[in-house]
Amino acid sequence: MFGYMLRRALAVLPVMMLVALFVFLLLRLSPGDPAAIIAGDMATPAQLAQIRELMGLNQPLYLQFFIWLGDLLRGDLGVSLISHTPVAQMIADRIGPTLSIALLTMLISILLAIPMGILAAWRHRKLVDHLVMTFSVLGFSVPVFVTGYVFVLVFSLKLGWFPVQGFTPISAGLWPFLKTATLPALTLTTIYVALTARMTRANLLDVLGEDYIRTARAKGGSEMRVLFRHALKNAAVPILTVIGTGFALLIGGVVVTETVFNIPGIGRLTVDAILARDYPVIQAVILLTSFLYVLINLIIDLSYSLFDPRIRY
Amino acid sequence: MKGLLSVAIAAGLWGTTALAEVTVNSVMQSGLRILDPVITTTFITRYHGFMIYDTLIAQDAALEPRPQMADWTVSEDGRRYTFRLRDGLKFHDGAEVTSADVVSSIRRWGQKDAGGQVIFERTEALETPDARTIVWTLRRPMPSMLAILSKQSSLPLFIMPARVAATPADQAITDYTGSGPFKLVTSEFRPGVSVTYEKFADYQPRPEPADGLAGGKVVNVDRVKWINMPDIQTAVGAISSGEIDYIEQMPVDLLPLVEGDPNVIVENRANSEMQIMARMNFIHPPFDNPLIRQAALEAVSQAPVLAAIVGDERYYRTCGAVLGCDTPYGSEAESASLTEGSGLKKAKALLKDAGYDGTPVVFLAPTDNASLATQPVTVAQMLRNAGFTVELQSMDWQTLVSRRASQAAPRDGGWNMFVTNWMVIDIANPITNAMLNGNGSDAWFGWPNDAVIEALKANFTDTEALEDRRKIGAQIQSHALDNVLEIPLGQYTLPQARRATITEMIDAPTPVFWNLHKAE
Repeated sequence: MFGYMLRRALAVLPVMMLVALFVFLLLRLSPGDPAAIIAGDMATPAQLAQIRELMGLNQPLYLQFFIWLGDLLRGDLGVSLISHTPVAQMIADRIGPTLSIALLTMLISILLAIPMGILAAWRHRKLVDHLVMTFSVLGFSVPVFVTGYVFVLVFSLKLGWFPVQGFTPISAGLWPFLKTATLPALTLTTIYVALTARMTRANLLDVLGEDYIRTARAKGGSEMRVLFRHALKNAAVPILTVIGTGFALLIGGVVVTETVFNIPGIGRLTVDAILARDYPVIQAVILLTSFLYVLINLIIDLSYSLFDPRIRY
Repeated sequence: MKGLLSVAIAAGLWGTTALAEVTVNSVMQSGLRILDPVITTTFITRYHGFMIYDTLIAQDAALEPRPQMADWTVSEDGRRYTFRLRDGLKFHDGAEVTSADVVSSIRRWGQKDAGGQVIFERTEALETPDARTIVWTLRRPMPSMLAILSKQSSLPLFIMPARVAATPADQAITDYTGSGPFKLVTSEFRPGVSVTYEKFADYQPRPEPADGLAGGKVVNVDRVKWINMPDIQTAVGAISSGEIDYIEQMPVDLLPLVEGDPNVIVENRANSEMQIMARMNFIHPPFDNPLIRQAALEAVSQAPVLAAIVGDERYYRTCGAVLGCDTPYGSEAESASLTEGSGLKKAKALLKDAGYDGTPVVFLAPTDNASLATQPVTVAQMLRNAGFTVELQSMDWQTLVSRRASQAAPRDGGWNMFVTNWMVIDIANPITNAMLNGNGSDAWFGWPNDAVIEALKANFTDTEALEDRRKIGAQIQSHALDNVLEIPLGQYTLPQARRATITEMIDAPTPVFWNLHKAE
């Protein structure tokens, strides 16, 4: 297992390097100018050129890349071109809300989706199954911003249970955190419950048709024991994959939810940075997201062996 | 025992109420990211400047100069201005404000501000005979001097400590010590997300009542928090629920959501109108030909442009003045075709006379900037109706602002036309109106080479009497439209929204947070 982990960790380096190069070139070759944001509308071309020079944006592309790479290898993510704040600090400020919402979403999704999927598979083609499938279709079809606004209208403006916007970290207390995190998490949950419930149902149905399930039933095992001890454990690997990749997607893709609920997370930081062409911030955020994808994939791969003893590293 | 408990609870509650801080939560037009009000002209940084810095002199509600940190006298020959700092001026770190701080701030500001540059071209000496006095001597009189020093847009003259003002004008400051009525809470600043200000307890307001941005800046709240909400729908929900107290700019199409709410007041701020305008590139065909520029102006009608961007007639009006309508020097002469939409026939004739060969007009159209997305589409169609070939190129605003700096031919990455918006107070004075620079490659994007407009502006700078200045304003209007330095597309305003608990807000183009009260 240790050898496998080491090999996987080493394989990350060239991937990250390629990502870094790709992101750097893509940003520099796309049009847009951070100097224009700083200078504002009144600026003359001469003033713009002066600001570009101060920012080092007039240097040759390869030089800019190597300076950035050198800083990166020393653990320095640079400074925002627009706000002059260290990028590491900006990410540290923003990662908390995103991770909190993502974890809460996954927690609610798993708690709801797996029982729903099991129920649907167990009561295949019965009313419960149809209800779960209908909910899944709705969960996929309704855009996140629509769900978000409906939740705000009902739970915030009409019932007054939750605030319309904002985020309180869990360090300020569980209840204050839940007050601000529940609606965004529930909004995202509609998608992930749909996805995970469908996956659980489909895999369980496959497994329930296997010979060893028939054998387990023939040996007199109760339906619950067959379902949870035999079927669910064997259906777990693809479900884990969906949960893991879903979590990675959540971290990178909660822009709409963060905007609707005004949560200062990584998604909004990325969009703001792209709109402002704040190169150091965009580069760092994309690198971080890529790294998290690789890390989550590794964790998923390693966890397979817990559920399927045939898998060894 | 029970009684004692009740008393204790009551005392605790009273204590809580007495100690509770009054915070005004606001959603401004964008998130604050840059904290140096000299390095950028963006509105939000200017607003930040008015929170933490004081100004040497200030504009009242009628936009006239008034004493603020200093009062002044002018010598009889109009060349020497003597400013005297008032008592009790302190920076947030406790240090007294001195004339050396003022002069350092003036010098840094003068390198960046268009009006400041004009003053420094005429400056003979800028001296500090003592710690409270600044003597500014000009080579020849400049009637606009006080108007420029007091202006609130686009680069106001904020006074910083000398050590901060020593920072080169192109390099951002990192020390945010001011002497204004609020202090920046640096530990709570999250760029682009939120910024918090707290009342500066040692600030000594002027004795007169507040009048525009002049007069006594009396702070009646403990803290002001600006929360950036990129989604205005969220902001509307938050003001309805009472989570925020103020929205600086309400899109007109969302007004029905709050107009029926007795807890929310929607209103226009004085002098906060925006002017829309189209700018052409003077160095490439077809708009290097004045006749073709004239044809474009005749082809355009303001009403459809305004209807497309604002929609509600309560919030827009046609206006053909390059210096803005209802401003001291604004004139609408020769703009009837724009305001009445009657120029199509003339446009076609002008194009024929000019021998227009169908050279495409490369028109830059931003798609991600709601306040600028519809105008290019509408104007492009009007140009096509007159016989122009128009190539509307869609892009994001950031791409547009770097593209417009290119002087290359349109087919090689350059451009022919784009639309932008200016606050009317930014363009009301010919000296600071960027569109009226005629100094070729040093001018604003479009680069007109126009000696006549430069001479008219110089004449304006030297003229003192208001009537004479108005006459020059009218001449500037005629010249600007004859040569089509820009195409004015009308004026609109975005109303502000506030909770009814916020009262006595100062009615000024720059939203400020002194003077107001917040009821519990």
